[in-house]
Amino acid sequence: MRFMVIVKATKDSEAGVMPGQDLLEEMGRYNEELVKAGVLLAGEGLQSSASGARVRFEGKKRTVIDGPFGETKELIAGFWILQVRSLDEAIEWVRRMPNPHPETTEVEIRQVFEDADFAPVATPGQMEREARLRAQVEAAHGS
Amino acid sequence: MSSGRTERAIEAAWRIDAPRIIAAIARMTGDVATAEDFAQDALVAALRSWPEQGVPDNPGAWLMATAKRRAIDHLRRGRMLDRKHEQVAYDADQATTSPESDLHDALDNDVGDDLLRLIFTACHPVLSAEARVALTLRLLGGLTTEEIARAFLAPVPTVAQRIVRAKRTLAEAHVPFEMPRVADRAERLGSVLEVVYLIFNEGYAATTGREWLRTDLCEEALRLARVLAGLMPDESEVLGLVALLELQASRNRARIDRNGDPVLLMDQDRSLWNRLLIQRGLAALDRAQMLTDTLGPYTLQAAIAACHARAHTPEQTDWVRIVALYDALTELTQSPVVALNRAVAVAMAYGADAGLELVEDIADEPALRGYHLLPAVRADLLHRIGRDAEAITELERAAAMTKNERERTLLLDRAASWR
Repeated sequence: MRFMVIVKATKDSEAGVMPGQDLLEEMGRYNEELVKAGVLLAGEGLQSSASGARVRFEGKKRTVIDGPFGETKELIAGFWILQVRSLDEAIEWVRRMPNPHPETTEVEIRQVFEDADFAPVATPGQMEREARLRAQVEAAHGS
Repeated sequence: MSSGRTERAIEAAWRIDAPRIIAAIARMTGDVATAEDFAQDALVAALRSWPEQGVPDNPGAWLMATAKRRAIDHLRRGRMLDRKHEQVAYDADQATTSPESDLHDALDNDVGDDLLRLIFTACHPVLSAEARVALTLRLLGGLTTEEIARAFLAPVPTVAQRIVRAKRTLAEAHVPFEMPRVADRAERLGSVLEVVYLIFNEGYAATTGREWLRTDLCEEALRLARVLAGLMPDESEVLGLVALLELQASRNRARIDRNGDPVLLMDQDRSLWNRLLIQRGLAALDRAQMLTDTLGPYTLQAAIAACHARAHTPEQTDWVRIVALYDALTELTQSPVVALNRAVAVAMAYGADAGLELVEDIADEPALRGYHLLPAVRADLLHRIGRDAEAITELERAAAMTKNERERTLLLDRAASWR
């Protein structure tokens, strides 16, 4: 299962203050650990909301609002997508993360919808058929 | 933290750290069975003391130090303390007093080497494929015997037996806890990759609906493959396997329709393909191809999967390139089944006549005798060039060959629709 790990914005991150060299190095090592453990699917840091925008939806109307946005605590400053075996494992990885900000912040962990959340409930018969037909797919199309 | 939460935290930390702890201990004791026992002891100790004392700041280092201490006690008791072991014991004692030194250990290359030794040992060719799979999931996936049994729909005692026997076989064969010798390396690596691919396919073949445990097997295989790529970043076939698995997994959501029926590749809704996994797969494939001039079987299969992944519509599929890749794969594997796939690709690239000619060439292969997909493919190609009477005969042959009721019905239905 996959989780999005969301680092919230702070006054500093919104002010465009770049993380110090030490933190960058620590984060680099942490990311390397995630890669080595085979759990990191993607991750990015975000620029402050000053370089972003919002599109407001009101019925058919669309209004563009330029950044920056005021409510700092509701903004995000970066994310990771981790593929792990449980929420507890995601929590454990986040516990091991270097503290991303000098101020007190929270890092949020949210589960990503999985294929199974969309798929219908399959009967054993259907599963068996799938396994067989896979061989056919392979024979017909190579992969 | 509530005690339930603490227990779950311990188990999560254990799953993350178990492989490198087992690997480090196995280097001390020279054998994976006792290494796993000592690592388990550390888990039990954590379950006993963390709920009261709280989860340590560095759970991995705590577990590692505890397991090492057990191993040292054991080595001392067994009077196995030669000078080398004394050195190991000294290092480990240092580690117990300072968790930081273990953290440094964990970041240092030795751990990578230990993990590789563990992987090569768990996948040793002296073991059966089944045993290698079970041992790998247990030692490198941190899965319990119960979890492995559930994932493979096998009884728990059977899997438990399999693991016990696998460890005994390793001990009796005096398999050293070492990296393979250069002369054996290709074969040993092949054995490792095969195990990961087997685990993936076990999950992939049954990835439907709410069978999340099986999906878990796919994810576990992908994780193992990514770990291998981290440990052996210069091995083309390791990256080829990663690419193949990422690309296959990218299609998971499109492989089943609303009714739970499987959807053939050419009929899949490509907007459901996972772009992130495709991107990761293509990137791994690029690296795999850069590392060598002669592509191995996993890289070739990944390259074929990539041709499909790059095509936004079925019509955009680069069949000419797929044929070239199948040429290489056929040459390499000498497999008649691969040759049959190649014939289908040739038919897509150069017309049904060309494909049919190739099917005739391999029709007498003993390995394809009784293989219902041979007449099924032939029927499809005959139908495409308007030779429907022969096509129907072939479909009926295929229907007679398959042991599966449902498939027989499908084949006969198709035959009826061509009449």
